[in-house]
Amino acid sequence: MNERIKKLREQTLNAVPRLSHERAQLLTQFYKSGEAEKVSVPVARALAFKYLLENKDLCVNEGELIVGERGPEPKATPTYPELCVHSLHDLEVLDTRPKVWFKVSDETKSVYDKEIIPFWKERSIRDKIFNEVNQEWKDCYDAGIFTEFMEQRAPGHTVLDDKIYKKGMLDFKKEIQASISSLDFYNDPQAFEKREELRAMEICADALISFASRYSKKLFELASKEKDKQRKNELETLAGICERVPANAPRTLWEALQYYWFVHLGVITELNTWDSFNPGRLDQHLYPFYKGDIESGLLSEETAKELLQSFWVKFNNQPAPPKIGVTAAESGTYTDFCLINVGGVTPEGEDAANDLTYVILDVIEEMRLLQPSSMVQVSKKNPDRLLKRAMKIVKTGFGQPSIFNTDAIIQEMLRHGKSIIDARCGGASGCVETGAFGKEAYILTGYFNLVKVLEITLNNGFDPRTKKQIGIKSGEPSSFKSFNELMNAYEQQLNHFINIKIKGNIIIERIYADYMPAPFMSILIDDCIAKGKDYNAGGARYNTSYVQGVGLGTITDSLASIKYNVFDNEPKTHQPLTEKKIPFEKLLTALKNDFKDDKELRNKLLFETPKYGNDDDYADDITKQVFEIYFKAVDGRPNTKGGHFRINLLPTTSHVYFGSVTGATPDGRFAYEPLSEGISPVQGADVHGPTSVIKSASKIDHLRTGGTLLNQKFTPQLLETDDGILKAIQLIRTYFRLDGHHIQFNVVTAEILREAQKHPEKYRDLIVRVAGYSDYFVDLGEALQNEIIRRTEHSGY
Amino acid sequence: MIYFAQGIITKYTLMSVKGYIFDIKKYSINDGPGIRTTVFFKGCPLKCWWCHNPESQRVLPEQFDDCNFRWHISHDYENRNKIGSEVTSREVMKEIEKDVPFYEESNGGATFSGGEPMLQINFLNELLNRCKEKNIHTAIDTTGYTDFKNFELVYNATDIFLYDLKLMDENLHIHYTGVSNKVIHENLKRLSDAGNKIILRIPIIPSITDTAENLDQMVGFTTSLKNIRGINLLPYHKSAGAKYSKMKKENKLPDLEPPSNEEMDNIKHRFSSIGYDVKIGGY
Repeated sequence: MNERIKKLREQTLNAVPRLSHERAQLLTQFYKSGEAEKVSVPVARALAFKYLLENKDLCVNEGELIVGERGPEPKATPTYPELCVHSLHDLEVLDTRPKVWFKVSDETKSVYDKEIIPFWKERSIRDKIFNEVNQEWKDCYDAGIFTEFMEQRAPGHTVLDDKIYKKGMLDFKKEIQASISSLDFYNDPQAFEKREELRAMEICADALISFASRYSKKLFELASKEKDKQRKNELETLAGICERVPANAPRTLWEALQYYWFVHLGVITELNTWDSFNPGRLDQHLYPFYKGDIESGLLSEETAKELLQSFWVKFNNQPAPPKIGVTAAESGTYTDFCLINVGGVTPEGEDAANDLTYVILDVIEEMRLLQPSSMVQVSKKNPDRLLKRAMKIVKTGFGQPSIFNTDAIIQEMLRHGKSIIDARCGGASGCVETGAFGKEAYILTGYFNLVKVLEITLNNGFDPRTKKQIGIKSGEPSSFKSFNELMNAYEQQLNHFINIKIKGNIIIERIYADYMPAPFMSILIDDCIAKGKDYNAGGARYNTSYVQGVGLGTITDSLASIKYNVFDNEPKTHQPLTEKKIPFEKLLTALKNDFKDDKELRNKLLFETPKYGNDDDYADDITKQVFEIYFKAVDGRPNTKGGHFRINLLPTTSHVYFGSVTGATPDGRFAYEPLSEGISPVQGADVHGPTSVIKSASKIDHLRTGGTLLNQKFTPQLLETDDGILKAIQLIRTYFRLDGHHIQFNVVTAEILREAQKHPEKYRDLIVRVAGYSDYFVDLGEALQNEIIRRTEHSGY
Repeated sequence: MIYFAQGIITKYTLMSVKGYIFDIKKYSINDGPGIRTTVFFKGCPLKCWWCHNPESQRVLPEQFDDCNFRWHISHDYENRNKIGSEVTSREVMKEIEKDVPFYEESNGGATFSGGEPMLQINFLNELLNRCKEKNIHTAIDTTGYTDFKNFELVYNATDIFLYDLKLMDENLHIHYTGVSNKVIHENLKRLSDAGNKIILRIPIIPSITDTAENLDQMVGFTTSLKNIRGINLLPYHKSAGAKYSKMKKENKLPDLEPPSNEEMDNIKHRFSSIGYDVKIGGY
């Protein structure tokens, strides 16, 4: 890392997250002007986008090689009042909360008080959503059965393919115009709607071009004042680049990176899409430019790396927009889930790793930043060299890059009806979500608490915490004569809650389609231009809505415990049956009392009951049953965009939130403790090493999901030698042979984590794997910190 | 003799053989090639001062408070506070077979360690033969202190031997392990002459096994052997200290510090300079 990059890295690490009112204020000015009322909704959104880009402050940081910030300065983070208006109280909370805070100035508070809140109150999408969903939905939401992604952030979850590296915005405009001229007003009743959407896209394309030319002018200005000759030169070159892109297709690596960055800023300024937009298969898209520049002598490997590193810093300058309430609890992090993909296969299905793949991996290792996050796609066709390089970074212990199974991802997409080429050009984004890059809207709609559903089942539909009958009457559990009866009741309850969630989703999808189109993002995703349809209205080639199941380990262990301790009559052990059995009533009472007077019973549940994660079919067969119930409830139901609902299994930080609303569970978990995360076993329940975890985890059918998440904690010693790394690679290869979707390692000892908890000031740079992302350990809430410490650490034998 | 032994094995295929183990470890990456499952047999004829598995010395299961024995075959939680349990070969095979995909990916397999697996020769033989039936690579980690005919019984079904060499001087060997090394060295010679693949495992115990005399003699002895596929140098570590106190056994080396990395590298160089593939730590 050279001096410049060191400085830039320091800049971003030291930048203070602030809440910026710039965007909210400009947006409010625009909507107050009355212009929005004169035009259709998509055109109004496009004009708002244009207004923002024409009026927002420009920012050129010292020494940087890629320019453009979303806010007025690094980590100055805008708000999106059209989606969710922060109250003064919210601002106070954001300003003062101990973790994931955003400094809020008095000026910002005053602007909010006088301009933003009065205008947007009761007009935001959040208000619309809460007006449209019924009491039943709200009760479930309050009880913590599910969360709702779109109540504070817009549908996102899409990743760019290679189109911007081949076409400039002027080329996209030509496509838009061609689509407009082919509209058939005589035979297509939607022709008008389409024209408005396409016009909106056109306005957005122009807006981005003019945003870049504002930067170009500013850079020429700065260059004229610059005394340092080298910097002057750079500024002039950059000014030229901003004139060229995004209007035209890029010709060099530098142009390509700057072009992407303008596009990125466009997407995250238009709306606060979940997750942050993402360039996707960076080593594939940039390789032609890299190769060309190296061959022509324009760049050396070192200067290419410097450009990439400067690019990396830009991502880290954009924290996830401030979230509040349940949404902050389910995803409490500054990380905005940009996941750079490298490796994988080419459109023809061949090994795609190239020289640039390894350069990017170097960048990841050297930069060691929270954002962007990174992952390596590993197909059976990729060489071990790729995995080895990745594991050498993993072993440094900051949870990146994560490791994905390309062959599984492709099969998942084929099952969802994607073409083989589109599937091969895709990957994973966010945490672990499968998608066809550049061609798919794959929306995460909310987390679903698989464990809470059991608690409701065990209370015959009643939620002990909110004291409401939110489920159906599926029977008093003490009347169940067999484990199957319990499973049937669980399935009925689960179907009931999934129905409520999906009904809400159908409403919310249409609210976004009608009121909050995203014409700029629609330019970028096939086939919005060809169809004349917005990304949020089904314009993408593929449209998937995910519901993410949470707590697979805890639900398995809880059900296994009931089966084993209450119902099972098979003489599995040498002990007499009478001694083994626990009356259901007794167990239920113990749960109600949070095991207060029943340490012995709890020990039995904890230590003498089969657990998921040990390659024990007794428990793992139940995992499979729960998986099938969940899959059947969700998969294949139509969404409003011509696509389908699908499942995936990942939690972000919702396993902590969901745990905090769920009482004691039959696996011995105390009330309100975190649930298990992803498809990982319950923290500490896996005692037979990583191969057993992998075997258990691969018993569910990953290929029928859109992503699963498996985290493993390894001691550093296990990866100390090359031989240790080789064995870890073989472990991963085996998991992938068994169709595992994703695996990641936390390479840090529990002792260090405990030390960091005690002395956070000494461990400010300690990054750990949380769930599908990494975060600063000291920035995590205490419950989450404890949860990570409790995860079983696999050590060498 | 061998014919007779195979007769016994054939008979045993019809039923399960019982034996005593004290652990089964998955993702065992230091006991032979690849990713392995190591089955720890209970019972050992030696009582090495530096033994890091003192719980392996007695054959029969032992009851201890708070030992939290981790291995529950068939949910036998009853014996949670016992070290060691009586298990059938079928139960053990079920555990070994679970990790076949990992063995295939890594050229790994099953390792029988201990304790001294040769002490339970019928049980060992049964497991080895069942492994061979399932095409699973096998390794035996042995002290070598057994009747040679036991080696003859098992070596057809054993892919590699991990053979311990501790002290070359007979008196010191008796002092520190409780038994003579004569039969150990003879067996090793015969095993190597019979064409078996062998990895020598040398515990490096400061001021006991790492003396110049001992290492000199070891080099001499090693070079006289055939079929040595590698040498593992196992540095002394203190992790067993807690076990001794928990088991109320005397730890005869309470203050001994592990060898330095530098010393380990020097010893490694000694053996590698004469052409051996040497690893510090396990395989």
